[in-house]
Amino acid sequence: MSTTTRVQAALLNVQALRVEVPQAGAAPRCLFSGLSMQVLPGQFWCLLGPNGAGKTQLLHTLAGARAPQAGEVHLGGRPLNAWPLSERACWRGLVPQQVQDAFSAPVLDVVLQGRHPHLSRWHWEGDADLALAQQALARVGLAEMAQRDVTTLSGGERQRVALATLLTQDPPLALLDEPLAHLDLAQQLRVLALLQDEVLQRGRAVVMSVHDLSLAQRVATHAVLLTGNGAALAGPVGEVMTEAHLSAAFGHPLRAVEAQGQRWWLPA
Amino acid sequence: MTVSQRWGARPWTVLALLAVLLAAVLLWALASGSSNLPLNQLPGWLFQPDDSAEADIVHRLRLPRALAAMTTGALLALAGALMQVLLRNPLADPYVLGLSGGAALGALSALALGCGVWLVHLGAFGGALAVVLVVFVLAHHDMGRIDAVSSQDGSPRLLLTGVMVSSISMAGVSLLLTLAPGERLRGMLFWMLGDLSGADMPWPVLLAPPLLCLLLWPLGRELNLLLRGPGPAQMLGVPVARVRGVIYVAASMAAALAVATAGTVGFVGLVVPHALRLLIGNDQRLLLPASALAGGAFLLAADTVARTIASPLQLPVGVITALVGAPTFILLLRRGARR
Repeated sequence: MSTTTRVQAALLNVQALRVEVPQAGAAPRCLFSGLSMQVLPGQFWCLLGPNGAGKTQLLHTLAGARAPQAGEVHLGGRPLNAWPLSERACWRGLVPQQVQDAFSAPVLDVVLQGRHPHLSRWHWEGDADLALAQQALARVGLAEMAQRDVTTLSGGERQRVALATLLTQDPPLALLDEPLAHLDLAQQLRVLALLQDEVLQRGRAVVMSVHDLSLAQRVATHAVLLTGNGAALAGPVGEVMTEAHLSAAFGHPLRAVEAQGQRWWLPA
Repeated sequence: MTVSQRWGARPWTVLALLAVLLAAVLLWALASGSSNLPLNQLPGWLFQPDDSAEADIVHRLRLPRALAAMTTGALLALAGALMQVLLRNPLADPYVLGLSGGAALGALSALALGCGVWLVHLGAFGGALAVVLVVFVLAHHDMGRIDAVSSQDGSPRLLLTGVMVSSISMAGVSLLLTLAPGERLRGMLFWMLGDLSGADMPWPVLLAPPLLCLLLWPLGRELNLLLRGPGPAQMLGVPVARVRGVIYVAASMAAALAVATAGTVGFVGLVVPHALRLLIGNDQRLLLPASALAGGAFLLAADTVARTIASPLQLPVGVITALVGAPTFILLLRRGARR
């Protein structure tokens, strides 16, 4: 495939992106600049970097929730801002790091809200939408909790409900902000397997920020490494997740260890 | 499970039951008063008025007041439900953004100057609109703010702006109460408690609650999404700033019309949507029309009690709504805490 067709087929095409955050009483701090990447269907991107490096800001920028200071983001071949909000929601979905609920609601109703961009103003959710929501709940292991009040869930359960909402929304591009953060070990693997299924079986694309390098190594086809000092590295996982790059970015020597057919990252 | 199994005929059943309740309360309100009219002859006097004194009482005295109470209650409950969505706070009420202060300032100025009934209504409406405008100008930026995709929102600032504007107008109200001539104080006090005895509502206001429900009906799913937070709502395709603007204007107009009709009647806008939410869930497509029906029935019942319980003395309806509403609310809160 030539470069041009690759770029055209890209779900997400990022060129020379620069993101800054305002600082009280000082010039804006540049989180990173010059980030270019193309996300294609069937790719699993892991977003790595130390705390405060700008992983969340990058995901929000890719989702269109904040404007970059420089550079361009194309979604499905069109500039991000050229899409009306409702159509943008059919292309990409975002699971934020945390969700706060002000009102109680049954879990199923919250998951069903993922269908919103696919329904016209005059339609109520139908049987097909309900089936999708129930399927999604079963896939995150919460089928039994469909009628539970969402405000009574634990942090990890709430995060899986948010993931189920994304599955119900079913966008080609899924952006996830530390979806594994509040999960126990078994659930982390379950969610990873689920996301990998979406990527491999259904040709979806995933961009996910994650702190556990070994877990990232299991599933990632590509990676973005934000170093925290303004640089950003993006590319196939083998080029980005190297001992030299990771050690420099996290400011601590890291070693890759091969065991049980997997590559594990350990602090030296 | 299919959708029809999940919902059943429930939404329509709930709305039909509430409509029946409203009709029953209306009949009771028309029948009770200084002269109790027999229920079985009421429809006759109502639909085929003759020259009898009873038909006159129904048409000239009780019907206008009952319609005003119904409409005011419906508008207040709608405004309350909308404010709760706008501020993402189940404890918000129609006056939380300072509208009551502005209305009181306008109405009491008219009362203190000895103006007629119409100018008092107009003063209340004008005062309410002025505050709505001021709060909007000061805080419209926060209304559209979504703080990226977090579920936090700018509403604390919107809320605080409203509270401060309210404080300023209440300072004006206190000043008016101090300076006003003694013989007018009673009327001013009644107005502030909420009173329907002087209610003289132009008939088009009667159409406001159903029109408002129809206008907001297509936005139902977007309102539901806003409850999850402005960030997640925007990510699912809701134009947050625009929808919140519509909610703000709709809630403010409803509350301003209600206040202009009956003064600042408390608790209807807080208790009715809150109680309904516990009973029928939080889908705005059902909750908004249900709030309108239940709010109308509640205020009509309260007003009927207010004018009959200590007859011939007429109590301000706000006293009854507070006496019924506050304990109910405490009960609901305690029930909610136990769950």
